[in-house]
Amino acid sequence: MRDALKIAVWGVLALLFAIAANWGEDAVYRAHALILLAVAAALFLWSIRTAGAPVATAGAAPAGYMDGVVRAGVIATTFWAVVGFLAGTYVAFQLAFPVLNWDLPWTSFGRLRPLHTSAVIFAFGGNALIATSFYVVQRTCATRLWGGNAAWFVFWGYNLFIVLAATGYVLGSTQSKEYAEPEWYADLWLTIVWVVYLAVFLGTVIRRKEPHIYVANWFYLSFIVTIAMLHVINNLAVPVSIWSSHSVVLWPGVQGAMVQWWYGHNAVAFFLTVPFLAMMYYFVPKQADRPIYSYRLSIVHFWSLIFLYIWAGPHHLHYTALPDWAQILGMVFSIVLWMPSWGGMINGLMTLQGAWDKLRTDPILRMLVVAVGFYAMATFEGPMMSIRSVNSLSHYTEWTIGHVHSGALGWNGMITFGALYYLAPRLWNRQGLYSLSLVSWHFWLATIGIVLYAASMWVGGITQGLMWREVDDQGFLVNSFIDSVVAMHPMYVIRALGGVLYLTGGIIMAYNIWKTIAGAGAAAPVRTVAAE
Amino acid sequence: MFLKLHKWSETNALALLVLSFVVVTIGGAVQIVPLFYLDNTIEEVEGMRPYSPLELAGRDVYVREGCYVCHSQMIRVMRDEVERYGHYSLAAESMYDHPFQWGSKRTGPDLARVGGRYSDDWHVAHMHNPRDIVPESIMPAYPWLARTPIGSERIAANMRAQRMTGVPYTDEMIENARADFRTQADPDNGDVDALLARYPKAQARNFDGQAGISELDAVIAYLQMLGTLVDFSTFEPDASR
Repeated sequence: MRDALKIAVWGVLALLFAIAANWGEDAVYRAHALILLAVAAALFLWSIRTAGAPVATAGAAPAGYMDGVVRAGVIATTFWAVVGFLAGTYVAFQLAFPVLNWDLPWTSFGRLRPLHTSAVIFAFGGNALIATSFYVVQRTCATRLWGGNAAWFVFWGYNLFIVLAATGYVLGSTQSKEYAEPEWYADLWLTIVWVVYLAVFLGTVIRRKEPHIYVANWFYLSFIVTIAMLHVINNLAVPVSIWSSHSVVLWPGVQGAMVQWWYGHNAVAFFLTVPFLAMMYYFVPKQADRPIYSYRLSIVHFWSLIFLYIWAGPHHLHYTALPDWAQILGMVFSIVLWMPSWGGMINGLMTLQGAWDKLRTDPILRMLVVAVGFYAMATFEGPMMSIRSVNSLSHYTEWTIGHVHSGALGWNGMITFGALYYLAPRLWNRQGLYSLSLVSWHFWLATIGIVLYAASMWVGGITQGLMWREVDDQGFLVNSFIDSVVAMHPMYVIRALGGVLYLTGGIIMAYNIWKTIAGAGAAAPVRTVAAE
Repeated sequence: MFLKLHKWSETNALALLVLSFVVVTIGGAVQIVPLFYLDNTIEEVEGMRPYSPLELAGRDVYVREGCYVCHSQMIRVMRDEVERYGHYSLAAESMYDHPFQWGSKRTGPDLARVGGRYSDDWHVAHMHNPRDIVPESIMPAYPWLARTPIGSERIAANMRAQRMTGVPYTDEMIENARADFRTQADPDNGDVDALLARYPKAQARNFDGQAGISELDAVIAYLQMLGTLVDFSTFEPDASR
């Protein structure tokens, strides 16, 4: 009965996608319908082939932690890391050498830049967050993931969203909202996946065997709920037709700008900060083998951070047509935000109390700690740039790009690398990583890459800002716009080289994790991982 | 009190869910909701109108190619920007933009008032290869725009969707969408007066200089109208803002 239902559902879906591929009004829509048709048809065939196969009896629920989906997440995170860094390095070279656009639509900067940002934020970052949240919530709640295969649905469903988004950009499908470019049907699909993600996570927390919910799970839960709110409200749109990939975003002009940067800045806050802090609160104490520095500080950190962050959006709109009262609110809350950010940073760093010597011997811990260091830098720089007079110089320039990347490469990247290195041997029952010296190589390549990147973009951004506003003693502008473009060329080259170093580090990591999984080098002791 | 409340939420997953959700809704509600009813958010100015069908199609190409990634359309209230790009941007000037195209980065210059600044021929050559016009430019070339014909089959559906989001397209505008689309790119074979009655200040001519209507026609029609609708010789800023 169950088998028949499965076969019927996949068959009907395959038929619907075939119809959509036929009736689609534009190329992107047809291409996406074909991708979905292939997925549904493969599952249709697979469910026919496995029909009637014995199923594990319902009485004997699988015991222990559900780690298969975390393993898949670690592999996906590593894969998307390399893809995202490669895309970023490529677009960096395009800005230095425009011939690399190849005069083709599918390789032009305007389409590849969203591909890069989505690949690193949502594919690399998102997979890392789903995988680590599934790992951490099981360990800290001492229970198996709730919902059985729903966790697998979250993993595959999320990655299907990534594929739809990425192919959409290259083929020219975007609603031109930064970090929310995918069109309406991809947004709807992500909403479904996200609700299931919330159910799996919350269900696991509810059936925990510990009386208290661990601090990392507060951050993960807040991330999942808030991203759902931001995603749904920001992406409200009217499709031109259900057979078209094109839609009209609900929000107009100035209100749209406010909604977009309410979303955009809180993608930084609730996607790139809050859940990565959850990673800090789990992996730093585990790797350092020390408890969290202060429980009370973590309470203050959590509530003040999530309350304040949501206000910061308007600092992206200083001196624009957004009313001044909203700009000022955004600035004030952004500056206040410095305090909880650094409170959390102190909580992470001071966790190393009594274990600082491990920084000399443990490159994984070094990565985690440097990540927190970059977090401290970025969360000081951000409030500073949100001050209106500073922003009048920095806005629209490369300084913003440098700021974002010191956060993304330094904080999000490094803490994820540390978590992946922590997870790989444990998930595949290996004695340790294939090579710690390769971790050191990765660490230094990434760090030098970030330094080149951030320094060139700081210098470049301030140069741009100053050149644009420079006037002579008669009050005339000194520089034409193209003068500032010419001045950027050496900075773009240095930045791209920084990207090459960072990408090389990522490839070394992929190799290291691959060899660890393959079991090369280290002997594999038998370890039982059971939920107590 | 605070710690007690926290302890409750720390031992009760649903309480944590609800409390943290309430905490994150406040900021957005305070900043976003008033923008929809405070009168001084968008000043009333003369001249603003919805995009003509051809301009709307050009705007969709602008969006598709990701132009907003490198070009802003928001002149800030600063001396050098006003000097370089023209009068600072008004909220009303993007009131029919779904979504806004203010951008966040100027790898290239601001385009809020690029309309009328260069000739059509300049745009045709520049889109074909920017370095033919500006040798130091790093903008990608867009040679396929001139080669790709653009149809008006779906423009009415697009305008209906725009109307559902609040853009005041009338039934008359939607009925005549395809005719207006053709007329604006080929004025010799259409009713230009009717087009101008529906879309004042619309510029009607063969923008790309070649036969047929290409994506380049639509993009140039869009670029040439940017920032031209409001007459700043008669504009008085509202003191309340």
